[in-house]
Amino acid sequence: MIPELGHIALILALCFALVQGVLPLAGAARGIPGWIALAPQAAMGQVLLVAFAFGCMTYAYVTSDFSVLNVAENSHTLKPMLYKVSGVWGNHEGSLLLWILILTIFGAAVALFGRNLPATLKARVLAIQGLIGVGFLSFILFTSNPFARLLPAPLEGRGLNPLLQDPGLAFHPPFLYLGYVGFSVAFSFAVAALIEGRVDPAWARWVRPWTLAAWCFLTIGIAMGSWWAYYELGWGGWWFWDPVENASFMPWLAGTALLHSAVVVEKRDTLKSWTVLLAILTFSLSLLGTFLVRSGVINSVHAFATDPTRGVFILLFLAVVVGGSLALYAFRAPALQGVGVFAPLSREGALILNNLLLAVACAAVLLGTLYPLALDAINGTKVSVGPQYFNAVFVPLMAPLIAAVAIGPLLAWKRGDLAAALRRLLPAAVAVILALAIGLWLHNERGFMALLGLGLAAWLGLGALCELALRIKLFAAPLADSLQRARFLPRAAWGMTVAHLGVALLVLGITVSETWQVEVQQVMKPGEIVQVGPVQYRFHGVMPIKGPNYTALQGRFEVIEGGAVVREMRPAQRRYQQPPMETTEAAIRPSAWADLYAVVGEGDAERGWAVRLYWKPLVSWIWLGALVMAFGGFLSLSDRRLRVGAPAARRTAAAAAAE
Amino acid sequence: MRLTYILPLVLFVLIGLGLAVGLTLNPREIPSALIGKPVPEFALPPVQGRAQGLSTADLKTGQASVVNVFASWCVPCRVEHPLLMALKRDNLAPIHGLNYKDDPADVAKWLDQLGDPFSRTGADRNGRVGIDWGVYGVPETFVVDGAGQIVCKHVGPLMEWDLDNKIRPLLRDLAAGRASKVKC
Repeated sequence: MIPELGHIALILALCFALVQGVLPLAGAARGIPGWIALAPQAAMGQVLLVAFAFGCMTYAYVTSDFSVLNVAENSHTLKPMLYKVSGVWGNHEGSLLLWILILTIFGAAVALFGRNLPATLKARVLAIQGLIGVGFLSFILFTSNPFARLLPAPLEGRGLNPLLQDPGLAFHPPFLYLGYVGFSVAFSFAVAALIEGRVDPAWARWVRPWTLAAWCFLTIGIAMGSWWAYYELGWGGWWFWDPVENASFMPWLAGTALLHSAVVVEKRDTLKSWTVLLAILTFSLSLLGTFLVRSGVINSVHAFATDPTRGVFILLFLAVVVGGSLALYAFRAPALQGVGVFAPLSREGALILNNLLLAVACAAVLLGTLYPLALDAINGTKVSVGPQYFNAVFVPLMAPLIAAVAIGPLLAWKRGDLAAALRRLLPAAVAVILALAIGLWLHNERGFMALLGLGLAAWLGLGALCELALRIKLFAAPLADSLQRARFLPRAAWGMTVAHLGVALLVLGITVSETWQVEVQQVMKPGEIVQVGPVQYRFHGVMPIKGPNYTALQGRFEVIEGGAVVREMRPAQRRYQQPPMETTEAAIRPSAWADLYAVVGEGDAERGWAVRLYWKPLVSWIWLGALVMAFGGFLSLSDRRLRVGAPAARRTAAAAAAE
Repeated sequence: MRLTYILPLVLFVLIGLGLAVGLTLNPREIPSALIGKPVPEFALPPVQGRAQGLSTADLKTGQASVVNVFASWCVPCRVEHPLLMALKRDNLAPIHGLNYKDDPADVAKWLDQLGDPFSRTGADRNGRVGIDWGVYGVPETFVVDGAGQIVCKHVGPLMEWDLDNKIRPLLRDLAAGRASKVKC
C-alpha cells in the first residue's frame, strides 16, 4: 500500500511539474498575473509530493519490504540501519529519486527566498526548473519505477554492493547531487535571462548565491568520494581519473569558472554572454555525467546496471535541454552587450585568464573522458585514457592558474598595476624561495614537480595572506585599527581569502604526499619488522573474524615510532556473503602530518602474507584543502544572503576604505 | 562574429551524435587477447563428486570443445544453465566446466540439482587458472578448436540468440573443418 502511495505521489508531482513548466512561462510571455503566480505554489506542491514519495521509499527500505523489487535487489535484513537508509540511493532508481527530491528542494528554495525577484523573471526561472523536473519525473516513471513490486516477495534481499557499505559513501551521493542539481538553478536563471533578453548586475547577484551553494556542496561531495576511494579501495591512491570521477570534476571546473565570471558581471556589467554560456555548460556537464553513469556507454566502478532504453531517454533529454538552451543562446546572446571596458591587465583581465584556463582544463578532461568512446564509435578500437594524459595536460594548465590566483585580487578593476601588485607580493616571493630551498634540501628524484608544487603552494598561500593583510592594513596601521578593519571586512572577501588558502593547502598536500610517500610491498611472516619511512611496522599475523554480514581475515600490525609502540593497526580482507564479494579494508591512521596506511592481502601462515604498507606525509591536507575551499564558499554565502534583500550593496565605511 | 555564438551548439550536436553511436556499442565487449592463441597450460582436479578433471591435453583431442567458466554463487550462471543443458543435448561438441572460485559442496549441490552439462570439470578454487584464461567475470564461455586454439570468447550469460547465431554455427563449421564466417 505504502509503495503505491509513493508511486501516486510521483505521478501527481509530474502533473505539478507540467503545470509549473508551462503556465508561468506562457503567463510571463502574455502578462497573465494568475498564471505567473502559479509558479511558486506548484514548486511547493511538487517538493511536498516528491518528499512524500522519498519517505515511502525509505520506509520500504527500513522495514525491509522485499515485495518491492528495488528493495529486494539492493537490501538485506542483516544490513546495519545506516546502510538500509543509504541503500535508498545506492542504486539507479533510488538515486534518481534523490536527484529529483533535491531538484524540487532547490525549486522550492527559489520560490521561498526569491521574493524580491521581478515577478516575470521568477516565474520563468521556476518554469525552467519545472521543465527539468518534467524530464526527470518522466524518466523515473517511464523507465525506472522505484516502486515496482516483486510477487511473490522473496524472504531475503540480495544485499547492497559491499563497496558501498561505508559511512563516507552513504553521504557522498547526497552532497554530489546537491552540487549537480544546484547548478540547475544557475541554468534556469541563464535560460530565463536569455528569454527576457536581459543580463545585468542584479541578475548576477541573484545567480551567485545559488551557484556558490552548489559549488560548495559539489566540492564536499567530490572530496568525500576521493576520500572513500582512498580508504575503501585500498589502492593507496585518492584520484584515479575514472570516467565517473571526471563526470563530477567537469561541472566543478566549469562551476568554478562561473563563480568568478559572475563576479565580473556583478561588479563591472560585462562578460555577460560568456557567463550565461558557462551557466548553461555547467549544468549540461552535470547532465552529461548522469548520461555517462546511467546509459551504459562507459564501463566504470560507478556505472549502474544499464539499460539501453534509459540511455536513449537521457540522450533525448540531453538533446532537448542542452541543445535547446544552446540554440536559444545562439539566437539571443549576441544582443547581450557588455558595458564596462577594461585593460587586459586588470582584475577583469585576471578573471578572464582564470576562466580561460579552467575552461581549457575542463575541455581537456572532457576530451580524455570521451576519447575512448569516440574511438570505439569510429573504428571499434578499445583504449583507455589514463592518468599520464591527465597529469600531462593538467599540470601546465593549473600551474599558471595558481600563480595568477595570488596576483589577481591585488589588481584594480579596469586598469591594474602589475608591478605594484608584484611588489606587494614580496613576502610571498620570499616564501617561495624558502620553499624551494626546503625542497632542494629534501632532494627527491621527482625533483622538478616537487619544487613546482612547493613553490606554487607557498606563493598562493602567502599571496592570499598578503592580500588580506593589505586590506586590513596590518602593520601599516595600529593593530587595534587592523582588527577593526578585519571585523568589518565583507564576508565575501574573507570567503575568497579562505577559499584560496584552501587551494594552497590542496596543492601542498598533493605535492608532498606524491613526492615523499614511502611504499613497501612485500611478503611478511608473523614477528617480522619492516621500516617504512620514519616508522616501523611489526606484523603479528592474521586471524579470522566475523562481522554482521561478512567474514574477514584481519591482520594485526604494531607501529613503532622512536622505539615505542604507538599504535596498533588492523587491516582486513572482508568476504561478504550476499552478494558474494571481497573488499579490502585498509587500516589507516590519519594525522595532520602523515597518514599510516596498511593493507593485508593473500597468503597463509607458512609462506607469509602479502602486505602493502605506506607512510603518506600531508596526504590528509588534500581533503582538508577541499573542505577549507568549501568553507570559504559558505563564508562568502553568508554575506550574500544578507545582501540578497538589498541589491544595491550597502557598504560600511570601513569596508569601503579597505578596498 | 555571430558564428562564435553558434559554435557551442555545433560542438554539442557533434558530441551528441557521438554519444548516440556510443549507445549502440557494448563497453563490456572486450576482444580477448587469447583469441587465435593456444589454451593456457593447466591441469585441474575435478569438482567434488565428479571423476574427470580438466587439463590442457583434454582440449587438444582433435575435436572442438566448449569451455564454460561458472560458479554456484553466480546468478547469471543459473540463467544460462538450461541453455548449456540444451547445447549438451545437441551433441555438437563436449562442454567442459571451469568452476571458478567456488565452494566444493556448493558446486556439487548445484550440479546435482540443476543437471550436469559438462563432460569434464576443473575446480579452480583459488582462481589462478582463471587468470591465465583472462577471466574477469563469470560466466564466460570459450570455444576451442581441435588443436587447442581458442577461437571464440563470450562474456556474460549465453542467451538463446548467442547459441543460434554464434556457438552452434561455429561448432558445426569446426566439425566440418571449414572456415567459419561467425564473428566473435
